[in-house]
Amino acid sequence: MKIVLQNLTKIFPSRNKKSNEEVVAVNNFNFEIPDGKLIGLLGPSGCGKSTTLYMISGLQKPSSGRIFFGDDDVTELSTENRGIGLVFQNYALYPHLTVKQNILFPLQNLRGKDKMDKNAMLDRAYEAAKLVQIEQLLDRKPSELSGGQQQRVAIARALVKMPRVLLLDEPLSNLDARLRLQTREEIRRIQKETGITTVFVTHDQEEAMSISDMIVVMKTGLVQQIGKPQEVYDDPANLFVAKFLGTPPINVFSGRVKQGKLYIGEDAVMEFTNVPDQEVTVGIRPEGFILDDNGPLKCKPVNVEVMGRDVSIVSTHGASLNPLVRSIVNADNRIDITGDFVRYAVKPHKIFIFNKETEERIYFEVK
Amino acid sequence: MVESKQQWKAWIYLAPAIVLLLIFTVWPIVNTVAMAFMEDYSGLANIGGETSFHFGFGNFTKVAQNAEFKQALTNTILLCLITVPLSTVLALLIAVALNAIKPLQKALQTIFFLPYVTNSIAIGMVFAAMFNVIGSVGTRRPLISSYGIVNDIIRFFGGNWVNWINSGSEYWANMFVLIVYIVWNALPFKILILLGGLTSINKQYYEAAKVDSTPRWRVLTSITVPLLSPMLAYVVITGFIGGFKEYTSIVGIFGESMGPVHEAHRLNTMVGLIYDSLASNNQGRASAAALILFGIILVVTLINLWVSKKRVHY
Repeated sequence: MKIVLQNLTKIFPSRNKKSNEEVVAVNNFNFEIPDGKLIGLLGPSGCGKSTTLYMISGLQKPSSGRIFFGDDDVTELSTENRGIGLVFQNYALYPHLTVKQNILFPLQNLRGKDKMDKNAMLDRAYEAAKLVQIEQLLDRKPSELSGGQQQRVAIARALVKMPRVLLLDEPLSNLDARLRLQTREEIRRIQKETGITTVFVTHDQEEAMSISDMIVVMKTGLVQQIGKPQEVYDDPANLFVAKFLGTPPINVFSGRVKQGKLYIGEDAVMEFTNVPDQEVTVGIRPEGFILDDNGPLKCKPVNVEVMGRDVSIVSTHGASLNPLVRSIVNADNRIDITGDFVRYAVKPHKIFIFNKETEERIYFEVK
Repeated sequence: MVESKQQWKAWIYLAPAIVLLLIFTVWPIVNTVAMAFMEDYSGLANIGGETSFHFGFGNFTKVAQNAEFKQALTNTILLCLITVPLSTVLALLIAVALNAIKPLQKALQTIFFLPYVTNSIAIGMVFAAMFNVIGSVGTRRPLISSYGIVNDIIRFFGGNWVNWINSGSEYWANMFVLIVYIVWNALPFKILILLGGLTSINKQYYEAAKVDSTPRWRVLTSITVPLLSPMLAYVVITGFIGGFKEYTSIVGIFGESMGPVHEAHRLNTMVGLIYDSLASNNQGRASAAALILFGIILVVTLINLWVSKKRVHY
């Protein structure tokens, strides 16, 4: 089931009656979510990602714009009739019911031609429980489960009625780091197995990048970029997207283009053919640095962090907009930070320049 | 944990309350128990009342043999069994409805809470006035054409007027008025508690129920009631305890005669019986009746707790 969002907008009226400051939570969102894909809505808090999810669920009504499931316009349809499964951030499992009763709950609501007999319901519940691997927990109460187990129960409850669309609100935020890694793989596996179009919301770019077929990066209600995770990472549309994706985060410098040369501070790091002279903001991915004794970019070394396969060199640079410049180089390099400078050459495809005011990307051709 | 060295401080802070409780609660309770077993005892001994007494179960047998005892016990139990479930269910429905609306919620909440801050005797008198049959009944020419507010309303809809509380009224007509009054009077407190409980239920359970297309009735019975069960248990238990002590409502409507004029004391309750014994200077019998009432309330509360252990989800 594909989901089409058309000019989707949500405006919250101002709380204070005197000021007429409305909050535009989601601003003119257009997107066609392809059938059977896993989509990550990504952005910092307050960017409108959860509002978008709740509009798809029907729990919130859009101020304008339309939502389609397949060819059906569901904009006016209430949540009950949309046939969605929703996993809440804190799972919202009914505390007084056992795991089995929780999973059965949506099935017991089916009426008319969908009405199931008791055995069919039990079979379906077992099937869902098996999918998320909680068969042995069916008689427990939610309070007797770990966070990860509760999360699985919530997914099972959302999946059991075979929804047209599965929505997950910050599904991993309540889990510890290790469980988060494991569970996100689980979500990917379950989504693949069921083939249900799934939308999930997260503020964790790593989480979104690792399991999504496509990610939507949002900021203050506006969609910044939509694309496959790797594409968005490699080709960010603006400074915000470049900064938001990637761990460690991108290094940002203030720079300028003068006579086709890109200067970071006094260091001319690259030459372009097609960029007019201007002040720019430069982003270099940590993996975009190459150790080079004759490299143009001179940084003052501070520290070396060994991470096993890779080594991270922490240094400073006068033009850096962050306090520290962090590069990741292969551990095979012999690293010497005893000198005054560590010198880098940069990989052209790992360096992005942005308009200083608009922060929009400036595309360049390397000379 | 307070260190043992500091414990005396805690005792000092508690002392005023403990002293007052000992004097005005514990000592009277001990005395009540003692008096219940003292036959022919009179508290007025030192001003010339009966002085000799002996211990025994005589007070209890006298209470049980009292002509009004059976009637009082029946009245009390009937009122309890009818009004407590009725007011709880009504309070639940009203609380759920109040919780669901946004406009006028505060105004309606205030209106529903008004009976709680109004004197129950005064309310009883208003009820008595509403159910009273005004005008002379049975004369050739009725002086006034009104049969009382409630009867006028019934007659407006084409029904027959009922003698609710006046001389010659039926037992069940009396009981009906009492039940309406008691339920109405019991609602505010229950609504308040349940509304408080409702607002503390996480809204996401309802959103989850909505996503799962849960019918309204099932939301109420399968989500609201279980999640509200600690509060429900509280209002039911306190409701029964209060119900067994029913007295003021009857005085409020029927006056101290505890019944319509032609059959005074017909609507007497256990507490009424205790007061009657006290009024006739029978402290021993009053104490025995109080102990019997205490026993009943204890048993009912234990049953309540036993049931709620199985049914309440904390």
